[in-house]
Amino acid sequence: MSDRSGTPRAELTEDPDLPPTAVPDDVREAEERRWPPTKIAVWAAIALLGGVAWSVLALSRGETINAIWFVFAAVCTYLIAYRFYSKLIERKLVKPDDRRATPAEYKADGKDFAVTDRRVLYGHHFAAIAGAGPLVGPVLAAQMGYLPGTIWIVVGVVLAGAVQDYLVLFFSMRRGGRSLGQMARDELGVVGGWAAVIATLTIMVIIVAILALVVVNALAESPWGVFSVAMTIPIALFMGVYLRFLRPGKVTEVSVIGFVLLILAIIGGGVVAETEWGVALFTIDRVPLAIGVIVYGFIAAVLPVWLLLAPRDYLSTFMKIGTIVMLAVAIVIVRPEIAGPAVTQFAVEGTGPVVAGTLFPFLFVTIACGALSGFHALISSGTTPKLVEKERQTRFIGYGGMLMESFVAIMALVAALSIDRGIYYAMNASAAVTGGTIEGAAAFVNGLGLTGVNLTPEQLAQTAENVGEESIVSRTGGAPALAVGLAQIMQGLVGGPGMMSFWYHFAIMFEALFILTAVDAGTRVARFMLQDSVSNFVPRFRDTSWRTGSYIATAIMVGAWGAVLVMGVTDPLGGINTLFPLFGIANQLLAAIALAVCLAIAAKRGLFSWLWIIALPLAFAAVITIYASFLKIFSPVPAVGYFAQHAAFRDALAAGETSFGTAASVEAMQAVVRNTMIQGILSILFVSLAIIVIVTAVISVIRSYRRGSDESSEDAFVPSRRYAPAGLVPTKAERELEQQWADVPDDSRVRSGH
Amino acid sequence: MTVLEGLARGARGVAWFVKGVMGEDAYDKYLAHHTATHPGVPPMTAKQFWRDRTDRQDANPGARCC
Repeated sequence: MSDRSGTPRAELTEDPDLPPTAVPDDVREAEERRWPPTKIAVWAAIALLGGVAWSVLALSRGETINAIWFVFAAVCTYLIAYRFYSKLIERKLVKPDDRRATPAEYKADGKDFAVTDRRVLYGHHFAAIAGAGPLVGPVLAAQMGYLPGTIWIVVGVVLAGAVQDYLVLFFSMRRGGRSLGQMARDELGVVGGWAAVIATLTIMVIIVAILALVVVNALAESPWGVFSVAMTIPIALFMGVYLRFLRPGKVTEVSVIGFVLLILAIIGGGVVAETEWGVALFTIDRVPLAIGVIVYGFIAAVLPVWLLLAPRDYLSTFMKIGTIVMLAVAIVIVRPEIAGPAVTQFAVEGTGPVVAGTLFPFLFVTIACGALSGFHALISSGTTPKLVEKERQTRFIGYGGMLMESFVAIMALVAALSIDRGIYYAMNASAAVTGGTIEGAAAFVNGLGLTGVNLTPEQLAQTAENVGEESIVSRTGGAPALAVGLAQIMQGLVGGPGMMSFWYHFAIMFEALFILTAVDAGTRVARFMLQDSVSNFVPRFRDTSWRTGSYIATAIMVGAWGAVLVMGVTDPLGGINTLFPLFGIANQLLAAIALAVCLAIAAKRGLFSWLWIIALPLAFAAVITIYASFLKIFSPVPAVGYFAQHAAFRDALAAGETSFGTAASVEAMQAVVRNTMIQGILSILFVSLAIIVIVTAVISVIRSYRRGSDESSEDAFVPSRRYAPAGLVPTKAERELEQQWADVPDDSRVRSGH
Repeated sequence: MTVLEGLARGARGVAWFVKGVMGEDAYDKYLAHHTATHPGVPPMTAKQFWRDRTDRQDANPGARCC
């Protein structure tokens, strides 16, 4: 068989002095096809347990469901999908070749390109893809009931999200770690490439803005939260100085110190929030807080990385892995009971107070991260492909890493579902409908007509007191509701009810930490993308060390997301309700772009009979986002359609009214008129760009079909000089080969000259 | 003493994993690479390496996900 990319036969180029660099295909396949009775029994048990768990979730009509069934359903499905579906993708579509050196090997520089142990890289990749997204989306989608969200998170990741991450990682690795934008330009031509770059840039702005909105909503009027999150800045600065001047390279040590300081900041926040000066100083309204975040965003993005971003990164990686392990353990041990219907009336009628719109399509844009997240394509085509040791490991890292993020989303959903439903709605409905008071919230929630929900103002006051807040009414954005859920689960494991306020602020703190890191890094990345694009017209901008240019580019990017953020906090409708769908749409459109690029690449490889593996999630993401955008643009229902809302408020203003719907003043009405116009235009822009990218990808596929395969965009074949197993646990053949390599001296693995 | 040995091995494994994920082994990896490919050229010191690492990040920050 001749190699598609016209590379020499690997056997001829392999070093005869070294052991084989791959398990021979026939040995590996024989191993995979061997099904001893114990293996059959194990997989049958997994399938059976998963089936039972799904049946319990789908058919249970009892009062409550134990959270452990969510864990079983998800984990069993992940295992089966990983073992069987991702293997199918590997065999039919990816076709990795371990005899081929990865960029980490042939481009090794000991810095950006460096061979990394697969288990370490798994942790590293997971820490880079998981953030606040999978924690927030499922909380908001819980209003549609527990079943739709669970099915989408689990089935979506298996068929869409993990497929995207895996393929982008592999294709980028075959291209020396090229970015998604560069791959789009290579595969889709000038028009498709440019559309992808502009879409990525604007999507990044939207995502950063809405993440920032989540933080602002969580911290507004919470002196405890503001104090402890503000303290992360001096803590990070201290860590930065420590690493730069005192003990360079002691990363784990400084992270442990930083973690202890963070805990002290949380405890200190509780004390400060009790004092009069603390309340006076740290109780900040949404608008000034948003301006604070914008100013912080600019300063953070122009400061040197070592001072703020690098230490923050260490801290959030440390917190991320620690907290997620802790939450998983807590859910399994505490096993909270979940009440509420499988599917709520809001899913059908689209009148939910948390996010507007019916299940189809809005469930699929509300939960983006955790099921399918386009943003991951930027990570999978960024750092990770430059660190992979062997080609076959991309399945474990790309597909497996995304399964773990999906599990985080399931845990967030469980945490949100475990809180009292009345409290959940009181926290997530905008102040425009609850009035911001416990009495108003109780009246509003009881008026929703939910069976089994009878909320009293005392319950709301009691919960607020338990978590150490003045009020928990209308704390929209998902983060506070998740924090209450998490606090309830964690207090069952450590500390009891007295610890609830600590755990609540612990959760707020780590979400804010992830988000502020993402805001900082997102602004920087967007700035470089902007400079790169503008440099085509003004060459001076290519020089990224040019101070004035970088300040201008940073100011433009911060200004862009800052404007959307201010729009969100001043929106009389509550911001999250109208803007969160835009976040999901943007993220899914990016996923559609990434999948379109993968589709074009796979078609160039000539794999037409297996293209459905990519076409299926691509078609779904395209239908969801285009339909959701269509509704956002054309729906005549003001709560859903941006222009319908725009027209309703404009007409009201024209009729001389001074209050309309949820807006109590003329200024608020004007704000709605302005915001809906901008949001509507953004929707049109996104959907147009995505359609351009998808169409150019389809054209490229048709061209490949006519012309035959052509894989010229891959880097040339370089024979590998090292070996490592593919998955977490090595197989027998892999262990034997690893053993042979154990005796090879290190320097014969290094290629001479580079 | 096998239980103790097992525990010690497990603890070493966790430490290795955490340090790897945090990137603490970056200098060791650089040093190994440098001595193998550029024998005779003095490598950067640890301090120089870590400075260089964050300074390179200034020009290429890399996205963090949402």
